[in-house]
Amino acid sequence: MPSLKDLKNRIASVKSTRKITKAMQMVAAAKLRRAQEAAEAARPYAERMTAVVSGLAASVGGSDSAPRLLSGTGSDKTHLLVVMTAERGLCGGFNSTIVRLARAKAQELIAQGKTVKIMTVGKKGREQLKRDYANLFVAHVDLSEVKRIGYENAQSIARDLLRRYDAGEFDVATIFFNRFQSVISQVPTAQQIIPAKFEDGAADAASSLYDYEPSEEGILADLLPRGVATQVFTALLENGASEQGARMSAMDNATRNAGDMIDKLTIIYNRSRQAAITKELIEIISGAEAL
Amino acid sequence: MADTMQFDLVSPERRLASVQAREVRIPGADGDLTAMPGHAPLITTLRPGILRIIKADGASEDYAVTGGFAEISAAGTSLLAEEALPVAELTQDVVKGFVARAEEQLRAAKDAGHHDLVDDAAKLLADLVAMGDHIGGGKG
Repeated sequence: MPSLKDLKNRIASVKSTRKITKAMQMVAAAKLRRAQEAAEAARPYAERMTAVVSGLAASVGGSDSAPRLLSGTGSDKTHLLVVMTAERGLCGGFNSTIVRLARAKAQELIAQGKTVKIMTVGKKGREQLKRDYANLFVAHVDLSEVKRIGYENAQSIARDLLRRYDAGEFDVATIFFNRFQSVISQVPTAQQIIPAKFEDGAADAASSLYDYEPSEEGILADLLPRGVATQVFTALLENGASEQGARMSAMDNATRNAGDMIDKLTIIYNRSRQAAITKELIEIISGAEAL
Repeated sequence: MADTMQFDLVSPERRLASVQAREVRIPGADGDLTAMPGHAPLITTLRPGILRIIKADGASEDYAVTGGFAEISAAGTSLLAEEALPVAELTQDVVKGFVARAEEQLRAAKDAGHHDLVDDAAKLLADLVAMGDHIGGGKG
């Protein structure tokens, strides 16, 4: 049976924990709004880019002169998995869900006899994957110093990817990130970015009516690398919003749990206090009766 | 024929302008071009240069762009620029920054020994220097 003093200390400590989680929740909510705005602002660019590139890809794609970024290297032996996670923890299942998806994919590919390479963006994913796949790591991008994700961050990741692709280090690249749906729901997503893949129907039929300057192939060759950067950027932003959303709901839960715990501890505290008083009374009364 | 068309200028991070425009002068990769309402559908890549928008009331707005592409269609014109900023914000230091980065790229391309890349980077550098001179001349 814990003493009254112990209980009091416990309650005080849970109370300060609740203050911290509450503050984190509020910070996450503010950051979430900003992250969502950033994702929103980036959408027009990404949409136009995808529409134009997929239109072009549809018309040029079949020919032999299609760029390698579109047609692929001709084999799919080596896969590069780009796993994007957060730099910090305390955001519920956010990091684990991405890692789980990436791990499943890696296992599947290894079972098929393919070579798997892993590139991690964000510290948490690296830590979780290190246990099983440390020997497959080829690169790590540290974004912990970055306050606000900018296009340059995406560009440097994309440039690194393209350089490795040109050097023949991999045939297929897939990015893993959490797509933001709402504060309580983030969907872990795997998206193949190299060679470029477009959903059917994304290309509008009117695209073939365009004139192209300099040429269709020239433009496509110019746009595909930009498309990779745009996709990486979109993924980073989605991930950023998801991270804050996940943290917000995790901290909301934690705050509520702390509240429940405080209630429970307070009841125990009051009961034991009451018991102590009753005991003292009984002692006094029975002492008086004995006289 | 309509007098104006919808013009959108977007960068990866935000939408910079969305206005009704009478004409838009675009620094295309193969040369400058002016898009007016009813222009034939066209997609072109950009070189670094100055983009001028003539709005419905005749006022003009200038932006410096460093690359990207423009899509002209019946519905309007959209310009997707990797980096774009109003000319008023384009100071000598910003241009110097761009030029320094282009020089860096040129050096990297030369080191890699990739001829196409060297040419591209050299052209980018020349275009940027030209853009800087143009602005310097216009103001000075």
